[in-house]
Amino acid sequence: MEQNVIIQEGYTRLKKTRALFIVGLLSALVILIGIAVTLGSAGLTVGESYLAILAGLFPGIFSAPDLATTIVWDFRLHRVLFAVSSGFGLAVAGCVMQGILRNPLASPFTLGIASAAATGASIAIVLGAGVVGGEYLVIGNAFLFSLLAALAIYGMARYRGIGSETMVLAGIALMYLFSAVTSLLQYVGSAEQLQAVVFWMFGSVDKSSWPKLAIVALVLACTIPYLIYRAWDLNALAEGDEVAASLGVPVERSMAVHMMIASLITAVIICFTGTIGFIGLVAPHITRMVIGGDFPTLLPPPRPGGGLLPPSADSIARSVLAPQVLPVGIVTAFLGVPFFIYLFLHRRGA
Amino acid sequence: MVRLSVEDLSFAYRNHEVLRGVTFPVHAGEILGLVGPNGCGKTTLIRCVDGMLSPNGGKVMLEGRELGTMHRREVARAMAYVPQSAGNHTSSTVFETVLMGRRPYLNWTVNPDDEEKVVAALDLLDLGDLALRKVGELSGGERQRVMIARALVQETGVVLLDEPTSNLDVCHQMGVMEVLSSLAEEKGLAVVIALHDLNLAATYCHRLMVLSAGSVYGYGTPEEVLTEAMLRNVYGIEAVVKRDLPAPYMVPVRAGRLRGGA
Repeated sequence: MEQNVIIQEGYTRLKKTRALFIVGLLSALVILIGIAVTLGSAGLTVGESYLAILAGLFPGIFSAPDLATTIVWDFRLHRVLFAVSSGFGLAVAGCVMQGILRNPLASPFTLGIASAAATGASIAIVLGAGVVGGEYLVIGNAFLFSLLAALAIYGMARYRGIGSETMVLAGIALMYLFSAVTSLLQYVGSAEQLQAVVFWMFGSVDKSSWPKLAIVALVLACTIPYLIYRAWDLNALAEGDEVAASLGVPVERSMAVHMMIASLITAVIICFTGTIGFIGLVAPHITRMVIGGDFPTLLPPPRPGGGLLPPSADSIARSVLAPQVLPVGIVTAFLGVPFFIYLFLHRRGA
Repeated sequence: MVRLSVEDLSFAYRNHEVLRGVTFPVHAGEILGLVGPNGCGKTTLIRCVDGMLSPNGGKVMLEGRELGTMHRREVARAMAYVPQSAGNHTSSTVFETVLMGRRPYLNWTVNPDDEEKVVAALDLLDLGDLALRKVGELSGGERQRVMIARALVQETGVVLLDEPTSNLDVCHQMGVMEVLSSLAEEKGLAVVIALHDLNLAATYCHRLMVLSAGSVYGYGTPEEVLTEAMLRNVYGIEAVVKRDLPAPYMVPVRAGRLRGGA
């Protein structure tokens, strides 16, 4: 009996440690948002930034200089929040893909989804062809192509006998195929078109706006509660189809729905940002190394964890060569690649 | 009481027939060993019984109901499955891996009651000290006990095991079989277990079913089934079956030596 109490207490302690980790990440995120908002030529202090944010939220209670409020609300806050929600979303999408494909290397980028988005965008930019016209031509194409790539990957994953290693190989093959199409379009495009394609592919939050932020936030708000509700299925699926089915998971349906949601989240983010590499791959790994691989506890943390990366990277991107602004995709890769290599060298067991 | 019965089951991959007319019952408290050479259809049979494959003919009755008419969750509350080895979800703790067995009963949250069941199963399988370790850090025998603990918290009447001892040394093989024996006896579980080791099967199973090229070659107690003729006809080997031990025990003999020496 005494032993049982020890086990139960140990598990309760473990849960508390994880809760603390999540709270810690969230606090770091709130602080980072304040710091990220201060960066720029206007020379705002952290205090002024928070005051401007609060003044915008509760105009009756707080007040801040008009200039600070305008800079923060019109130019900076949506950019930082957009970076945060992109990171949230990409981290969750990566976490879900790694779970259902049972492969630690699965992510929107290793599966070729990001390359597909780039191809879609290039077609819109160079050929002017797309499903939706006008302002949303590029975004619509990027969105559609990333969903198509996800469908192709999923179709192959479910094809009888294809294992998870083959899946990643197929993803890499798709990535090359889409890159080749993009290169071809760049080759035939004019200098201006080439420049537009290259800038699109850099991955940046420069084009953020409140309406775009609202779209991303809406998709996340609709999908993430479902993913958390179904986190047990991810745990079971990670053990193999047979075990998952024996635990009562409708395997085919659950995989299809999860892949669809992860792809939708990815598509809706990268169609606005372009290629922001490595978050989908790395954020779930960092979290798993710290708190273990249990999806009901694993799914929430990659969001603040992933959320931290892009605004940090964006802050670095805006500071390193100030007043020049580096595209955030470049900086996330600079941060992500060394970590990825570290994982390769130090990964044990998992 | 019959917990699981398979009636005239047949299965084919495209045109290749893998199982033909397989029929057997499993009673509460009984361990049925599935034996036969590689490729005889053991794993396919288990996959048909757990509903992963749809048989071409015949039916599977689980607790008196036809498997095909039951919802996945209902099946999961009546029948558990233990794989050959732990999956690749090895960064989870032992506690959480076992807690997964409560999936058929869970929605949003885990109740204290669920956690108590996990604690009891860990205690029963002597895994208490490992509860917070990661599954990836455990030995093969310990992992296998974790998989069995997970099947236990599923609180089912039937447990299917697909060669659970094939990666284990003799000490751990016996440990796993002892646990299954006492669970069958104490909790009235009906256990179906695919095994390669005929002597281990004869020692622990109440009944054996020999599959040969997809058909049932023999079904009965180990004394009835484990014979020199069966070993010759099904496995194509010469062997001596010793009967002076508590369970029949087979010793393979190189054909030339048997002829020359006898």
